[in-house]
Amino acid sequence: MHAYTEKIREAAQRLLTEKKVDAVIGFRHGTVPMMSEPVCVRHADQVHQLVWNGFCGINLANYLAKRKDRVAVTAKGCDSRNIVIHLQENQIRRDQVYILGAPCHGMVDRRKVWEFLKGREPLQVMENGSSLKVSGKGFEEVLERQAFLQDNCRICTHRNPVIYDELLGDPVPEQTDVDRYEDVRRVEAMDSEGRWRYFNDLIASCIRCYACRNACPLCYCPTCFVDESRPQWVGKTLDPTDTRTFHLLRAFHVAGRCTDCGSCERACPMSIPVRQFTKKLEKDVKELYGYEAGVVVEGRPPLDTYRPDDPQDFIK
Amino acid sequence: MLKIFVPKDKMPRWIGRIMDGARVFAPVKEGDGYRFRLVTRPDKLDFSYQNTRLSPKELVHPPAEAMFSYSLKKGDPKAGILEEIPKALGTRVVMGIRPCDAKAFQLVDVNFVTDQYMDPWWQRRRQNTVLVGLGCHEPCSTCFCTSVGSGPFDAGALDVLMTDLPEGYLLEAVTEAGRALLADAPEGAPASDTVLTEARFLAQQAEKALPRLFMLDPLREKAMTALFQEAFWEEVQFACINCGTCTFLCPTCWCFDIQDEVHQQEGVRLRLWDSCMFPLFTLHGSGHNPRNQKLQRVRQRFMHKFKYYVDKYGNGPACVGCGRCVQYCPVNIDIRRVAAMMTASCVCPT
Repeated sequence: MHAYTEKIREAAQRLLTEKKVDAVIGFRHGTVPMMSEPVCVRHADQVHQLVWNGFCGINLANYLAKRKDRVAVTAKGCDSRNIVIHLQENQIRRDQVYILGAPCHGMVDRRKVWEFLKGREPLQVMENGSSLKVSGKGFEEVLERQAFLQDNCRICTHRNPVIYDELLGDPVPEQTDVDRYEDVRRVEAMDSEGRWRYFNDLIASCIRCYACRNACPLCYCPTCFVDESRPQWVGKTLDPTDTRTFHLLRAFHVAGRCTDCGSCERACPMSIPVRQFTKKLEKDVKELYGYEAGVVVEGRPPLDTYRPDDPQDFIK
Repeated sequence: MLKIFVPKDKMPRWIGRIMDGARVFAPVKEGDGYRFRLVTRPDKLDFSYQNTRLSPKELVHPPAEAMFSYSLKKGDPKAGILEEIPKALGTRVVMGIRPCDAKAFQLVDVNFVTDQYMDPWWQRRRQNTVLVGLGCHEPCSTCFCTSVGSGPFDAGALDVLMTDLPEGYLLEAVTEAGRALLADAPEGAPASDTVLTEARFLAQQAEKALPRLFMLDPLREKAMTALFQEAFWEEVQFACINCGTCTFLCPTCWCFDIQDEVHQQEGVRLRLWDSCMFPLFTLHGSGHNPRNQKLQRVRQRFMHKFKYYVDKYGNGPACVGCGRCVQYCPVNIDIRRVAAMMTASCVCPT
C-alpha cells in the first residue's frame, strides 16, 4: 500500500469527525488494472475507501468548481495548480478547500504498458517503489516505472503541490533537466502545410465524445461553445472542419491556464495526443509573458491583464 | 446447418470470392486499436484482435449521416422539399464481428423496427448485411457477456459462426444467408468430428472463463420509481465527467439527434449520435431539461439499459457485456458494479 494512503485516511477521518469539511474528495481502488476512481467520502466510516497509487492521474480540481460545501481534496502538483486557477477565477474560495498535498512521482500511463505487452492483457499491476509488476495469464513482467509514466509527467517541473494545508509526504526533488518543448519545436519547424497536415492527422480519429474537454478542470463554462445551439456555433458532424474547430478553440480557451496535467490525453478513448495543441500555447505564454499557469495565487494571469509593455510583435 | 472447415492458408481465397459480390467490413488496426473498416484485399484481414475500440454499430448507425438535402431558393420548384441523399445500402459482409456486437444489433432492432415506427436505413442496412462472427476464445477481463444473457460463442445473432482453430477455421452456418455463403466455398471441406469436438471444447473453456457476476432477473419485478430513487445513484454519479465515451463506444446506445445545417440557400438534414451524458440531451424547446443534473444523466444510462428497455420491450437487457465502457471510461465507472448495485437493491419475493 502506498504510504500516502494511510495519511489520507487519517486526515479524512480527522477532518470529517471534527466537521472541518463536509466531504473528502480522493480516489478509491479501480475495478480494472491501472485505474483509480474519483470518490467523494462524506462519512468517517467510509474513509477506508480512500487510496493513493500511481493510477490517480485524473485531475481532482475538476470536481471543485462551483461547489457550495467545504471539502478536503488530495492534490498532486498539477491538481494544486488547477486549484490555484480556480481560486484566481473565483470558482471556489480558499476557505472551502482543505488541500491534502501529494508530492508526486508521476502517474502511470496504462497505454504505454498495453503497448509494451503487445496484446497480452494485464490482469494485475502492482507498484513497488520504482518498478511495476505486471502480471496476466501466463506471464509476469517487472517494468521500470519511470519508462511508463504519462508523457506530461515525464516532463513535469511541478511535482510538489504549490498550495496545501498539509503534505502527505516529504517533497520530492523537482525535475530540472527536462526539455518541455522538444515536440513543440519539432512542429514549429514544419512549414505551414506540414503543420496543417500534422494537426489534421492527429485528430482524424476524434469521435467528438468531449472526454478531453470534460476531464479538464478549466472547462467549467455553464454552456460550452460546442453546446451552444441557439444559434449553433460549431457543426456537430465528424467533418474535419467541425472537429478541427472544436480542438483549436478548446486549446485557445485554455491558453495561459493549462497546467499540462494530462487529464485530457489520459481521458481520450481514441488515444489522441491532444496536449499537442495546448503545449504550443503553454510555450507561447511562457516565452511571451514569462508566466506559468497556477504556480502562484497572487497576481493576475497574463491573458486577463494588460500592460503597456506586453509583446505586440504580432501587430504588423 | 452446414459446417465446414477451411485451412488458414485458404481463407483469403474464400474471402476474396466474397469480396467479388459484396463490400466486406472487418477489423483493421488503426493507431493503438482496431476498428471495422471496408477491406478490399483478402490478405489484409487480421483476426488477432480481442475487441475493436469502437463497436461496429457505426456500420449500421453512422455517427453523422446526411439524410436529406433541400433548397430554400425562391422560385425553385423543389424549394422546401426534403430529398433523400443516396446512401450505400448494398450487400455487405461483416467479417470477424464478435457475438456480443452482433447481439447488440438484435437488441437495437427491437427499437428501430417496431409496429409503429420503422427506421428505413437501419432496416435496409441490417437486411443487406451478413454477419460472419468470430467466437471469443480469450475473452477480456472486462467482458461479461454471460451475465447479460449472451456468451463468447453465442451464435444467436450471427449468420455464420467462425471458430479459430490451430490449423484453420470451423465455419458454421446459422441462417440461410450464412448457409449460402458457405455453400460457395470450395476451399472448405465438411467439418470432421474431431474439428467439431475441438471447437466445442474451446467454446466451453471460454464460457468457463466468464463467471456470472450478477443476476438481472429481480430487476424486472422491482418498481421503476423505487429503483429511480435509490440512494446509490449519488455514489455512482460522483466520478462521472459526463463525456460521451461510454455511449459512443457502446454497441447498443442508439440515441441520436437531428440537426439542419444550412449554407446560404442549401441545407442538409443530419442525423448525429447523441449521448444521455450531454447537456443538450432531452433539452426541450422551452428551455426545460428533465435531465439537467449529472445524476439524472448518469442514472438515465443505466436505467435505460437495465430497466426501461427491459420493461418497455420485454427483452434485453440492452447491454451485451462487451466491456468497452468499463475499459475506456476515463474515471473508471464500471457498469458491472452499477448493475450489481441495482440488483442488490432488489428484495426478492422469496
